[in-house]
Amino acid sequence: MSGRSNGRNAAPEVAASAVPNFSGDPAAMSRNSHRIIVTVIGKDRVGIIANVSAVLADAGANILDISQSVMDEFFVMIMMVDVEQAGVPFGELKSRLNAKGEEMGLRIDAQHEDVFKFMHRI
Amino acid sequence: MSVSRYSPQEIVETIRMVQMENLDIRTITMGISLRDCSHPDLAAAATKAYDKICRLAENLVRAGEEIASEYGIPVINKRISVTPIALVAESSAADSYVLMAEYLDRAAKQVGVNFIGGFSALVQKGMTRGDIALIASIPQALAVTDRVCASVNIGTTKAGINMDAVALMGRTIVETARLTADKDGLGCAKLVVFCNAVDDNPFMAGAFHGIGEPECVINVGVSGPGAVLRAIEKDGQTDFGTLAATIKRTAFKITRMGELVGRAASEKLDVPFGIVDLSLAPTPAVGDSVARILEAMGIERVGTHGSTAALALLNDAVKKGGAMASSYVGGLSGAFIPVSEDIGMIEAASMGALTFDKLEAMTCVCSVGLDMIAIPGDTPAETIAAIIADEAAIGMINRKTTAVRIIPVPGKKVGDMVEFGGLLGRAPVMAVHRESSQGFISRGGRIPAPLQALNN
Repeated sequence: MSGRSNGRNAAPEVAASAVPNFSGDPAAMSRNSHRIIVTVIGKDRVGIIANVSAVLADAGANILDISQSVMDEFFVMIMMVDVEQAGVPFGELKSRLNAKGEEMGLRIDAQHEDVFKFMHRI
Repeated sequence: MSVSRYSPQEIVETIRMVQMENLDIRTITMGISLRDCSHPDLAAAATKAYDKICRLAENLVRAGEEIASEYGIPVINKRISVTPIALVAESSAADSYVLMAEYLDRAAKQVGVNFIGGFSALVQKGMTRGDIALIASIPQALAVTDRVCASVNIGTTKAGINMDAVALMGRTIVETARLTADKDGLGCAKLVVFCNAVDDNPFMAGAFHGIGEPECVINVGVSGPGAVLRAIEKDGQTDFGTLAATIKRTAFKITRMGELVGRAASEKLDVPFGIVDLSLAPTPAVGDSVARILEAMGIERVGTHGSTAALALLNDAVKKGGAMASSYVGGLSGAFIPVSEDIGMIEAASMGALTFDKLEAMTCVCSVGLDMIAIPGDTPAETIAAIIADEAAIGMINRKTTAVRIIPVPGKKVGDMVEFGGLLGRAPVMAVHRESSQGFISRGGRIPAPLQALNN
């Protein structure tokens, strides 16, 4: 944990001090980290992890952790993904995930980790 | 470092607040100082203002859209507030500032924001030549522009109420309605009369960039009546302590989103972060209503007895929860109760459960005031001035911001429906008292500042 956060502190300094960047570069979206949370909500079926992982792998995004559970009869899969080395802009990755979701009849979304950190952690 | 930092419940809660309960960032508002844009020639001043706004706000809309995409939270409006124009335009010899309003409108369109606030004057103690010129320009300015919002501060707790300005604003509102009669007096929806106006309000139509503010600043207004409603409904019939705690917890989470977005916007635009405004701002959309929150507390229809107490509890709990969530809280920060912009208010007003007088009582404990209320088109200017005076008195005595944004709809009678469209919504024309206030309003002068002690 601490090793991780040290590594995290080193890189983003560059992003934070950089001139406002609208290139869509994944590094530019980061306030404090390069992690995003991918959520998949819908009916459970074969191949969800395989399909979502393939989209992420294609984009060069690294899956750090996966958890899944069933809430209110819905299957919920949550992935923490590192996009620091991703080769495509965040917006593009997000629309690829959305498209895959539509194809599979699921809701797939991607949000920066900070949303959850700000809302649920002090 | 794992997903287990966040439980699935937490992640789903956040997603549900956005997807199903209309949690959104209502506005990212960039405040821009135009104090350096004065010029003896009004056209030159307007050009300087236009250039400065276009330069500083060039990337505002884009930044807002990027933030919405990255965080998955809708950012509904991107807006601009500027230094009160009376201060900027006064050095010119012009008697009308309509030209300045047109340049502001053009700048807003150029950078893509949907409103620009600050066609304003601060006249709580008295009026200068520039203030008089600005107020005289308001009706036409609001008729010939689409995105410019005007506001006038006519009183403060420290200065009292400038009743000459109140009388003038009564006439100005009537004239504004007349010049926009073809749109049901829409100009009046862009005109706010304040007591104790704040310098850092991000919400329209009353936003302006106060004189103590920095060169440029980012202020954020959040919104989440739906999320508060859902939390209260989920709790069921609890006692008031539990109810207040639930509202505080939800307000905390909502405000954290504002804090996050404000910091992100500030970083992206390289502009200091000002404040998060904690107001619960409703929209006409289903599930985005403050009235519904009061009804979920056990009020059959907003406007009936108990509504003021319910609103007081809500407003205070929102502030307590929100204040803990943000480093800098400001603006208006409370629960808004506009009539036309809240489906529950519209219904209650249409069926007669909510009256004008009850609305006035509720404004004693809410954040702003008589907001987006349609009244008969033949209401005399003195009556409108008296409505403003009453509302300003509530603000002055209670040391709070109050405001009047009222629309005397030309040709419409009590009970008629008026459509303003979009976020401005629709409203039934409400009855006001028929008895005259003319003798009171025509006295002239100021209502002296109140005592700050012996306050019962």
